[in-house]
Amino acid sequence: MAVRDDVVNTIAAFSLFADLTGPQLEEVAHLFDESFFGQGERVLRQGVSGSGFYIILEGTAGIRVDNVDRSVLKAGDYFGEISSLLGEVPVSDIVAETPLRCLVLPATQLEGFLTKHPRIMYRLLQGEARKLKNTTKWLT
Amino acid sequence: MADLAQQPFPPGRYGLIVVGSGPGGLQLSYSLSRLGVDHAVLSDDPAPGGMFRRWPVFQRMLSWTKPFTGVERHERAYERFDWNSLLADEAPNRAVMPALMDGTSYFPSRPEMQKGLESFAERTGIRVRYGTRWDSTAAGPSPARGGGQGGGQDFILTTSDGEYRAPVVVFAVGVAQPYRPAIPGLEQVPHYGDFRPVETYKDKRIFIVGKQNSGFEIATGLLPWARQLVLASPSPTKLSVNTHTLVGVRARYVQPYEDAAVAGGVIILDATIEEVKKDGAGYRVRTRNTAGQELTMAADDVIAATGFVTPLRDLPALGVATFGQSRLPAQTPFWESATVPGIFFAGTITQGSAGLKKHGIPSNSGAVQGYRYNARVLARHLAETKFGVPATRERIDAAAVVPYLLEQVSKGPELWHQRAYLARVINLDHDTGITNEGIVPLQYFLDAGGDDAVAATLESNGQGNPYPVVYVRKDGSVGEHALAPDPLLDFTGRDYHDELRGVLEPVLSGAGSPA
Repeated sequence: MAVRDDVVNTIAAFSLFADLTGPQLEEVAHLFDESFFGQGERVLRQGVSGSGFYIILEGTAGIRVDNVDRSVLKAGDYFGEISSLLGEVPVSDIVAETPLRCLVLPATQLEGFLTKHPRIMYRLLQGEARKLKNTTKWLT
Repeated sequence: MADLAQQPFPPGRYGLIVVGSGPGGLQLSYSLSRLGVDHAVLSDDPAPGGMFRRWPVFQRMLSWTKPFTGVERHERAYERFDWNSLLADEAPNRAVMPALMDGTSYFPSRPEMQKGLESFAERTGIRVRYGTRWDSTAAGPSPARGGGQGGGQDFILTTSDGEYRAPVVVFAVGVAQPYRPAIPGLEQVPHYGDFRPVETYKDKRIFIVGKQNSGFEIATGLLPWARQLVLASPSPTKLSVNTHTLVGVRARYVQPYEDAAVAGGVIILDATIEEVKKDGAGYRVRTRNTAGQELTMAADDVIAATGFVTPLRDLPALGVATFGQSRLPAQTPFWESATVPGIFFAGTITQGSAGLKKHGIPSNSGAVQGYRYNARVLARHLAETKFGVPATRERIDAAAVVPYLLEQVSKGPELWHQRAYLARVINLDHDTGITNEGIVPLQYFLDAGGDDAVAATLESNGQGNPYPVVYVRKDGSVGEHALAPDPLLDFTGRDYHDELRGVLEPVLSGAGSPA
């Protein structure tokens, strides 16, 4: 299921893809699939295998661990990268809080995608560093 | 010309309306009728068959029906090998397709497919009001408030024959409206659906925009006719034999790929098409690859093999959310619009209920072999939730659960065709005992909660043979257990029994069969 025409314009504004040229953005749009989730629908399931790497195009999603809401994700945010990188099941549910439109890449394709696009890998690493910093702050 | 006076379903109010008479609409109507649910079927077409009355352009299906399998054709297990027949409860109406095929290919020709659908409709007595075009849709208060159907709201369908109303409408209108991406100049070139007689492409340079099955189907058909073929799109070609799924170009259409790979006769480009410009009697096409290199080439003909969108008419204005290039309506696990309750979908549109897409692998809901099961599950869901028809849930003895589930993952056609999408569910209720819930969308099983139960599926990870997976729901939480793949695809052996018994022991021991 390919993505819509307008997706290239949407992702051009996301920090993850800030370094890409037009044809590279188009290649990304062709590589990823588009998914839609109704309000309240689960996107990732804690403990269930076979998920992927998601980037939110539109809407908000909640991170839920053991049925407790932890945080909210919005357009431009991404999730599923940890389980995809580690090859493990997700440690939280991700639930659509509003109607949610996402791009998705299967976990098995994430390594190839990142190594082909080192600038996206760097931006993703920055994002992970930010998450780690926030977690460290929260723990202390 | 259909005689309107003799047509069934005159304008008026119905409990349920199905729009469309392709395989999805026919399967749903059949299954609803067998459950005793009154409904009307409206179709713009003159006869059954939907898009198979016209396409594919080279007149042969991409889905097979294997005539000789060692399984009797009237048995349910035969459906695994027959991707094209619709499903019937009664043996004589099953496996309609193999009897109609001439033996030259295990892919039916398009006319054979059309004949098969017409034959099924006739033999099973499916009634359709043909030649009735659905034009527009509105919502309004239901005159039969509290009548047990719907929630006090009707959908009002304006058609070429007049006004229809129903609290529940199922759209089975295919995904066959030609789509062109917003590439400057592409609007002036013919689409896949406008393909001319093949001889008119003789000795010409053909540029095909799109590298999916429709592009490769045309390229395959043009190999003996075209002087040169170029296929281009931004991302590299995937092949189904590599993805181990129906994602990618199917083996039938791989010949242009081999021609490109070993002989350089066909050119396959991974590039963005930036512009298509008319140039005398032909065209000039400007492309750019991800390295930024621009390439402009001349072509006598350009064909947009750029896919199709869903002909939803004004449903988005009514609030039906859509997504993806095909503008599929977003759906719940039971194929209801995610945003407008009461509007359901059947047929290839049910791809819009994506399910889990585990390991990135989609369901087969886009094809007959997948969506025929969706339609049967939907019919039961509608019968039970909207029309008060109770579903049969047979008792099953605790000792029979393990062998039964292993038999289902080895031979159950629903599980083979709709992997990680449809599941066989056994209820392990402490009060009522162990019952067979039947076939249920896996996503619904995982997310809806409920009493202790087990769901069995067949799954693939895109790398090797499929393998069974069981999901055990105990005290509200679900655990996933994948069994090993088997090189002979038979999961009924001793090792599988022992492993599955170990997995189910904690839930089976608490759910005895009542006397």
